[in-house]
Amino acid sequence: MGNYVKVLVFGVITLGAMIAANFARDLAYQVNALVIMAAAFGMFIYTLRNTDEPVPAHKLEAEYMDGVIRYGVIATVIWGLVGFAAGTFIAFQLAFPNLNFDWLNGVGNFGRLRPLHTSAVIFAFGGNALIATSFYVVQRTSAARLWGGNLAWFVFWGYQLFIVLAATGYMFGATQSKEYAEPEWLADWLLTVVWLAYLAVFLGTVIRRNQPHIYVANWFYMGFIVTVAMLHVFNNLSVPVSLFGSKSVQVFSGVQDAMTQWWYGHNAVGFFLTAGFLGMMYYFIPKQAERPVFSYKLSIIHFWALIFIYIWAGPHHLHYTALPDWAATLGMVFSIVLWMPSWGGMINGLMTLSGAWDKLRTDPILRMLVISVGFYGMSTFEGPMMSIRIVNSLSHYTDWTIGHVHSGALGWNGMITFGALYFLVPRLWNRQALYSLNAVSWHFWLATIGIVLYAASMWVSGIMEGLMWREVDANGFLVNSFADTVSAKFPMYVVRGLGGVLYLAGALIMTWNLYMTVKRVPMAARVTATAQPAE
Amino acid sequence: METYSFLREFADSWMLLFLFLFFIGVIFWVFRPNSTKHYEQTANIPFDYEDKPAPRVERET
Repeated sequence: MGNYVKVLVFGVITLGAMIAANFARDLAYQVNALVIMAAAFGMFIYTLRNTDEPVPAHKLEAEYMDGVIRYGVIATVIWGLVGFAAGTFIAFQLAFPNLNFDWLNGVGNFGRLRPLHTSAVIFAFGGNALIATSFYVVQRTSAARLWGGNLAWFVFWGYQLFIVLAATGYMFGATQSKEYAEPEWLADWLLTVVWLAYLAVFLGTVIRRNQPHIYVANWFYMGFIVTVAMLHVFNNLSVPVSLFGSKSVQVFSGVQDAMTQWWYGHNAVGFFLTAGFLGMMYYFIPKQAERPVFSYKLSIIHFWALIFIYIWAGPHHLHYTALPDWAATLGMVFSIVLWMPSWGGMINGLMTLSGAWDKLRTDPILRMLVISVGFYGMSTFEGPMMSIRIVNSLSHYTDWTIGHVHSGALGWNGMITFGALYFLVPRLWNRQALYSLNAVSWHFWLATIGIVLYAASMWVSGIMEGLMWREVDANGFLVNSFADTVSAKFPMYVVRGLGGVLYLAGALIMTWNLYMTVKRVPMAARVTATAQPAE
Repeated sequence: METYSFLREFADSWMLLFLFLFFIGVIFWVFRPNSTKHYEQTANIPFDYEDKPAPRVERET
């Protein structure tokens, strides 16, 4: 019966998307409508073919729901490759502007590809990693199957649709010009629905848990899901100009809009890229090191301190702007206070290895997880320093900021995701081990050297640029024109691009290694878990 | 009093006090007597049910 309703709904969506594509006022909207049409029509056929078929009886409650996690792992790897390749390409576009090809009519220009890169790595690669690992972790630590049945599949496919809508939108010119929140209203509305479904699946599983307590990793994941929902809604309060066009108008304007944007922007870092990934840290490091987290008490204080303080740090993006001084100072002070929970969390992650440090010599996966925590410590030291007003007057708008973001994103988010993928693939596909530990070591070193090249060249380039911009002669005139700084940065831009090539090469090795693990490594003998009494 | 002034005053007085006390409360809660033993058990949750969920009947115990 449910399938008849579904077929009807998918048919109506397909028809509606066709009409919308016909009336479209701009190319981006038309492409988006065609994507929705294709997706809805595919679902229409799929549902139709499965209607009135006998439903296989599953012993549902007795097993974890891992199918959607396997898809999530594959999506993470593919989107990661897309995002890293796009980033490497636009890095070379900055060094060699001829790579902005004329024959692409602007579609392949830096301005179009840059949001494609940032969204691909943060939301597609990072987001899929977060959704997949959170589904894995919440089931294992709650000792319960995912709540909501196929709702988890809706979350997965809905999220992929959001990514495709956002990406095609950028390439064909739809953007609301808010950094990390570029997707226009159509994609935003879809994401809101998908995200609420995600929250429902996660919370439902936690509520139905078979453990007396909620493990700390789940607290971090919940903080991430709830806060991102709030951030997304408030930063995307906009009114579409037309139902058949991608353009929308923001409800806030001026400095209020700027403040909302950076409240969103910094908390995307704080909750998406930090709290969510800390959830991964609190599960995968103890599991890989085979010992519980160093201090559970510290982890609780870490959680509350992080979420209470991070939310205030956004105004440090708006030093020396129309934002009132008191607000900028508030953001700066809270950024500096953030040092404490950040380093508390880092110490907690690293000290989990105390008594097992020798494993670093033999286990490249653990090495990957540990260096990611090291990069986390490094970039959470650099960030508060850069938020100090006087330092910011030198660093802001320069490449230093980009270097800082990448030491965090490539080092912390990237490395911990790679570690988690190496952990997950043999378990999810029930293999004895990874295909090659040697290849993991290669990946580790390629990625690490790539990050060092990237961060070091951007430090040099950024500080040079900042100093050149402020240099004045004896009469008070500026010494350098903007173009002077651009040509001075050329060597650093090439080094940065090479760093990207190394990082991408590491990710390709990982892809090959994970593929061979599934393809070639024999099945593990299934260990039947003996039921332990729950206390 | 218009909404802005009201919210602004509320935010940097009562709300600030509430958040601060809540946070201090968490720290005291974490270090309550006997918590070490309690948290040892919680910290070991990841090692409990790796392959299969706990059978539902156990929930009542």
